[in-house]
Amino acid sequence: MSRSWRRARTARPRLRSPGIVVLVALLAACGGDGRTTLTVSAAASLADAFGEIETAFEARHPDVDVILNLGGSATLREQILAGAPVSVFASADLETVSDFVEEGRFERWVVFASNRLTIGVPAGNPAGITSLRDLARPDLAVGLCAPEVPCGRVARRVLDAAGVDVRPVTEELDVRALVTKLEAGELDAGLVYRTDVPAAAIDEVPLPTGLPADTEYVIGVISGGPESELAGRFVRFVRSRDGERILERHGFGR
Amino acid sequence: MRRRPRPLTVPRVLHLAAGLAVGYLLVPLVGLVGNVPWRELPRLLGDPLVLDAMRLSAITSIGATVLAAVLGLPLAVVLARSSFPGRRLVRGLVLLPLVLPPVVGGAALLFALGRGGILGAPLYRATGLVLPFSTAGAVLAATFVSLPFLVVTVEAALAGLDPRRELAAATLGAGSWTILRRVTLPAVAPSVASGLLLTWARALGEFGATITFAGNLPGRTRTLPLAVFVALEHDRPKAVALGLLLVVVALGVLVALRGRWWRTS
Repeated sequence: MSRSWRRARTARPRLRSPGIVVLVALLAACGGDGRTTLTVSAAASLADAFGEIETAFEARHPDVDVILNLGGSATLREQILAGAPVSVFASADLETVSDFVEEGRFERWVVFASNRLTIGVPAGNPAGITSLRDLARPDLAVGLCAPEVPCGRVARRVLDAAGVDVRPVTEELDVRALVTKLEAGELDAGLVYRTDVPAAAIDEVPLPTGLPADTEYVIGVISGGPESELAGRFVRFVRSRDGERILERHGFGR
Repeated sequence: MRRRPRPLTVPRVLHLAAGLAVGYLLVPLVGLVGNVPWRELPRLLGDPLVLDAMRLSAITSIGATVLAAVLGLPLAVVLARSSFPGRRLVRGLVLLPLVLPPVVGGAALLFALGRGGILGAPLYRATGLVLPFSTAGAVLAATFVSLPFLVVTVEAALAGLDPRRELAAATLGAGSWTILRRVTLPAVAPSVASGLLLTWARALGEFGATITFAGNLPGRTRTLPLAVFVALEHDRPKAVALGLLLVVVALGVLVALRGRWWRTS
């Protein structure tokens, strides 16, 4: 009995303070097959496009395992501020990373894509929405992103500019959560990105030009992050002709 | 079981492992408390949005506890006192929300009780009632995840009850209602109380099923845990302050349960 006890060895994990750091570190450690891991935090709206970019980048660099950490830009930002070992951060707007830019948290950064907000509706548009003004109809269940996240900020900017007063029934913390609830038909309408529409089972009612519905995506290499040379290569690939083609195919503008 | 011999020696490696476990439970708490902005605490906790979340959390957690009592007590009695085909299956079903990720529970509720759901669609057509994105929806989400705590606690207490008292009451001519009301339930009353407290605590902490089924809207479905999550995005001191509040409530629950749920020898 006691022999088996002695033989058992205790694992002693090194404790680091915020749980997020441990989590991302675990994620990063997952590629234990000898390949170098590169952790890329990307806004939820980039999920599909960056999934393809990941595959294409790994095909060119067989010794590299790209780990995509997807989420609301604000969440991703907090993870990095808490010390998560992230190499590249792609945010859905400049505002989320303005202090990264000012305080030199980005080794280098660049605006690499644009997107546009649109009215997302369940397939077939059952509520018969034709314009932004319809979102103020009290009989409709309208969802927006929370004002703390990029898609919520643009949504409010657009609604303010159009002078439309919307009372959302929910404020989702990333755009994909909003899309999911539109797909389920539980919401009649929501302001989502144009790029969310093709891959989801939803339809769109485009916003008129002239409204401030455009957003710019920023990508940067985190200063002092792991694998910064490789991170730079990833960013260059995103901006290469191949990377741009993938982004364009998913509806992103330059 | 109760009178076990005092262990003379414990392999030293166990002390080490136990110390690690204690440390692992303690370090996050220290991290939270160490980040509390004590001076700003009154302002942060007095914020109207925070007060809204507190009010909502009180409503949803108490609502869920009441609903769990109404649904769960009869279920516990039936499970403990009668045998019927499929009883084991029902017991497994009761345990399911304990092991199911809450976000899955929330999605399932959405597909069942949402406007387009198997139960929600006829309900919506008949009454115009929409459960997702409503406070009632938040109560239902919390009930789904917290119900097992009540059923399991009460059923275990009933199973541990000496059946002779109930039999004696029956021989004295008491009907099944009278026995339940006058003999059985009073005997398990302390367990019912601690079950209700556990249920309430679980309902108070509910996050995943709520945000998935009921969404996130200040004043309607943004309960304290959702408010913590939102605050983490842009206002960390507020998130920490709310976290501290929930830790204090949790400690209060443990103090209230001392000697019942965990032994204080």
